[in-house]
Amino acid sequence: MTRWRKDFLKGIIVSNPVFVLVLGLCPTLAISTSIDNALGMTMGVTIVLLGSNIIISAIRKIIPNSVRIPVFIVIIASFVTIVSLTFQAYFPDIYESLGIFLPLIVVNCIVLGRAEVFASKNSVFYSIADALGVAIGFMLALLIISFIRQLLGTGALTIFGNELFSLPGLVEHPLSIFIQAPGAFLVIALLMALFKHTGVIE
Amino acid sequence: MASLFSIFIGMALINNFILSRFLGLCPFFGVSKKLGNAVSMGVAVTLVMFLASVVTWVIHDYILVPFEAEYMQIVIYILVIASLVQIVEMTIKRTNLSLYNSLGIYLPLITTNCAVLGVTLINTQETYSLVESMVSSIGGGVGFIIVLSIMSGIRERLDLADAPEAMKGLPIAFITAMLLSITFFGFGGIV
Repeated sequence: MTRWRKDFLKGIIVSNPVFVLVLGLCPTLAISTSIDNALGMTMGVTIVLLGSNIIISAIRKIIPNSVRIPVFIVIIASFVTIVSLTFQAYFPDIYESLGIFLPLIVVNCIVLGRAEVFASKNSVFYSIADALGVAIGFMLALLIISFIRQLLGTGALTIFGNELFSLPGLVEHPLSIFIQAPGAFLVIALLMALFKHTGVIE
Repeated sequence: MASLFSIFIGMALINNFILSRFLGLCPFFGVSKKLGNAVSMGVAVTLVMFLASVVTWVIHDYILVPFEAEYMQIVIYILVIASLVQIVEMTIKRTNLSLYNSLGIYLPLITTNCAVLGVTLINTQETYSLVESMVSSIGGGVGFIIVLSIMSGIRERLDLADAPEAMKGLPIAFITAMLLSITFFGFGGIV
């Protein structure tokens, strides 16, 4: 059980996929414009990561080493198709706003990275811990970035249509650069520098 | 003709893959400080993007749509890209060894470059014709090469810059990307 806990915890902060390993930057920066998108993306990545980690670790001994990457990609692509069709049917709003970044989970380095580094070498039991830890780490990073961008970019914090609070003054004149492309680069740069400075990450 | 031109400008400058669509960020931040290598990488990506756009267009319009198998789109597209990368790699290795030596290490990485899968998905989403898909993939590739070349020049200077300790490395590179991205806003009014 201690090993399970260790494999689970390491993905959250010590090797956080976004801030420490700097993987999966494209979806992180592109969809962190609102908390809704961040949660939708996290859900998609979690399902794909968990599914692919389980399947790959279960069949790791019968995958020939020379064709392992194509096999991983096909397994991941199948799960992405399932997630994409499910979102389209049950969460059409999130499906629309995630756009091409939902199918692009296929080439997300986080998912393929876990398959190659962890799931192809460890048992199903530990691969589940690994997938859950990395998914939570990814969620934390997305939530922090999208919280800042949505708050400064729109002046209010809205989750699934409910406005939690708004900043007077900012609502009338939001700093809309934050929900546009440059804002994403600025927020992740400052967060990374902050985490480095305070010693949260190496 | 006008629409082809606006597709090209739109993909290359206004909705630049790296600075506004956030596709292909990994090679952008890992880009070499040598301009030649950056351009080689960009050309390799553009070549694969072009071929992938043509092949996926044919498969989508002549196989997936008639057989109502569009739900297979993601699996088919990524397989097409992975095979194309293999074929391009083998062809270059056989025909031009010096080109292979300069491009070689980048080629396998292109499979997982989201810009390639991204351009094929955008072409399908926008229901572009074959010619429009070709133009959009070349436009995307040219935009990719431009930004990669700019970044490789800046990277060289960044190492000499006296940045605060915590900002060194990636954070300062992100700030640079932000400034580039604001600059590219200026192209918004062209078309």
